[in-house]
Amino acid sequence: MKRRTALKLATALAAMSIAGASFAEGTITFGAVGPKTGPLAGGAVVTHFPNIQLWKEEVNARGGLNVGGEMMMIEVIEYDDQTNPAETIKAVTRLATQDNADFILAPYSTGLNLAAAPIFDRLGYPQITSTATTDQAEALHAQFDNIFFTLGTNSDIVGDAVKILSDLRDAGEIGNRIAMVNVADAFGIELAAAAKPAFLAAGFELVYETSYPLGTPDLSPIMKAAKAAEPDAFVAWSYPPDTFGLTEQAIIEELDVKVFYTAVATAFPAFGDRFGAAAEGIMGIGGVNTASPEFQDYAARHLEVTGQAPDYWASGMMYATLQIYEQAIEATGTLDREVITQYIKDNAFETVMGTIDFDENNNNNEFWTVGQWQDGEFKGLASTGREGAVEPILKSGWE
Amino acid sequence: MDIIITGLLLSGTYALIAMGLNLQYGVARIMNLANGEMLVVGGFAAFILFTGGGVSPLLTLFLVAPVAFFLNWLIYRIMLRPLVNRAKSRGALEQDAILTTFGLSFVMVGLMIWGFGGDYFNYSFLSRPIVIFGDNFGLNRVVAFVCAVALCAALYLWLNHSRAGMAIRAVAVSPESARLVGIDVPKLSARAFALGGAVTAVGGVIISTFLTLDASIGVLFTMKALIIVIMGGVGDVRGTIIAALILGVGETLVATFIDPGLTLAAAYAMFILILLFRPQGLFGRRPT
Repeated sequence: MKRRTALKLATALAAMSIAGASFAEGTITFGAVGPKTGPLAGGAVVTHFPNIQLWKEEVNARGGLNVGGEMMMIEVIEYDDQTNPAETIKAVTRLATQDNADFILAPYSTGLNLAAAPIFDRLGYPQITSTATTDQAEALHAQFDNIFFTLGTNSDIVGDAVKILSDLRDAGEIGNRIAMVNVADAFGIELAAAAKPAFLAAGFELVYETSYPLGTPDLSPIMKAAKAAEPDAFVAWSYPPDTFGLTEQAIIEELDVKVFYTAVATAFPAFGDRFGAAAEGIMGIGGVNTASPEFQDYAARHLEVTGQAPDYWASGMMYATLQIYEQAIEATGTLDREVITQYIKDNAFETVMGTIDFDENNNNNEFWTVGQWQDGEFKGLASTGREGAVEPILKSGWE
Repeated sequence: MDIIITGLLLSGTYALIAMGLNLQYGVARIMNLANGEMLVVGGFAAFILFTGGGVSPLLTLFLVAPVAFFLNWLIYRIMLRPLVNRAKSRGALEQDAILTTFGLSFVMVGLMIWGFGGDYFNYSFLSRPIVIFGDNFGLNRVVAFVCAVALCAALYLWLNHSRAGMAIRAVAVSPESARLVGIDVPKLSARAFALGGAVTAVGGVIISTFLTLDASIGVLFTMKALIIVIMGGVGDVRGTIIAALILGVGETLVATFIDPGLTLAAAYAMFILILLFRPQGLFGRRPT
């Protein structure tokens, strides 16, 4: 009896899904995969998913995308990859083979994007990343023709940070002593490994240097040791929980530095909310041109539709990748992935982050590298060719 | 000196994380893998009340404790009592409980994400320095340590010097014999589980004043709590306190004198050493 009920249910479900598919005519299906749980979920729900919601609502509100004369609505299928690369790959496969997604948005974070690159390539989908930073763009492009990078390279992110500190030192504003720490995770290790020789080559002295595991509950021994080394600048290649933790410990230890730099999450609105006036002068990875009308307009819409503000780094870039899809689909008038991919390679796109024009390695060469909290906003200090950079200020106390 | 104090403060955090699980596992015999999620729920409550209404987390405690008690009592009555009733042996119950509460942890993560989103949350409460013996410490961590000490002392005194506490200990030692002397074992188990949940949620409220949490971070706390409870010996408050102290001070020593990168390794090394030389835990009884 039970088995028969189950069978009936299954039949009903199958019938419904067929009916659902026929309704889906006239829609463009975008697949989205990213961490809704696991260690990176806290970042993805700030940077990744809200942009998809915003874009879908905006496009559908104006009647959909114009594909060769037919207005098509956007449908999004989202999967949680639990911050697990194996799940990302599974979800991408499922989106392509079972959900028949027209396009699949690139996953969240450097690691998950690199893990998914082979499957995007094999299934023939373009992968326009917005939250991956890598120095391997050229090598990856050689291997996977349809992967695009927008957020920049680690070497530029590190290089610009070193340059800002060097300029401040050469101007006599700060001394020579740097304390540098990093989270013992692929991201932190890679950036610290790139930063160390760069700082030394620039003539800095590393007076304290260490790494700590992701999820360390007590960062006070690190901050105590860093303080004891009497640095002029403190640099942390950190991930969100420890970005908050290190900053809090610095306040408690009254760490007296002129430059305080933390990495991922410094650009989150939650960081500014949390530390208020103490955030003033804190530098971090990323930045945007907060004075640009396009960004201001985008930020206002983001807040209105999703109920939260975008971050000051990758949020805008994530939205920009959606604008790239939008412009490519409307310009070509097709959903053919090969045509779209070729169009993206060949053309420049106007986005909330400015013009994005991919080079021969599908790499966007103009991106923000260093930002700083000034007057309640995280403003871009340095970029590789974007407009609107502001002058750095020195950190003065924690009040 | 500052190393000892830093270590002690960290131990307080660890005791808060593990004390509730000790009650749940030791008395109600439920290895609750959703322990960390309950802690995050407590932290969420403190966050919402603090940012929404400016309510001090120290007041939130008194709201969270009864609510969490009731919630955990319901969880026990609805989800776990049937497992207890059908289990043929303690081993079977543990197996079922682990699977069930593992599932529960996903349900709770899902509910929290659905309700509040997966964003990081933290707030600034007493996050200012306090000078002890010439060194700076976070006032919120010191307050958390004081709360942990008060909570542990209250639990210890209650378990060892009250009638209800004695009955609970009797259930922990031997449920079968406890029944023979007229103790209502199912009722007490439910209460112990509820109390453990309340203690964990209260720990979450306190911990949220200085740690950044998010909806899916609970499993990290569950892991730490498991280590501490097993190191200390199941069902003994003293064991949990000592294990928390060993772990807290040990990790701080390693972080200061060797390398902060080795704290996790050091914690697991201590765990393995204790398992090797005292498999029942520091204060545990040998299985008969």
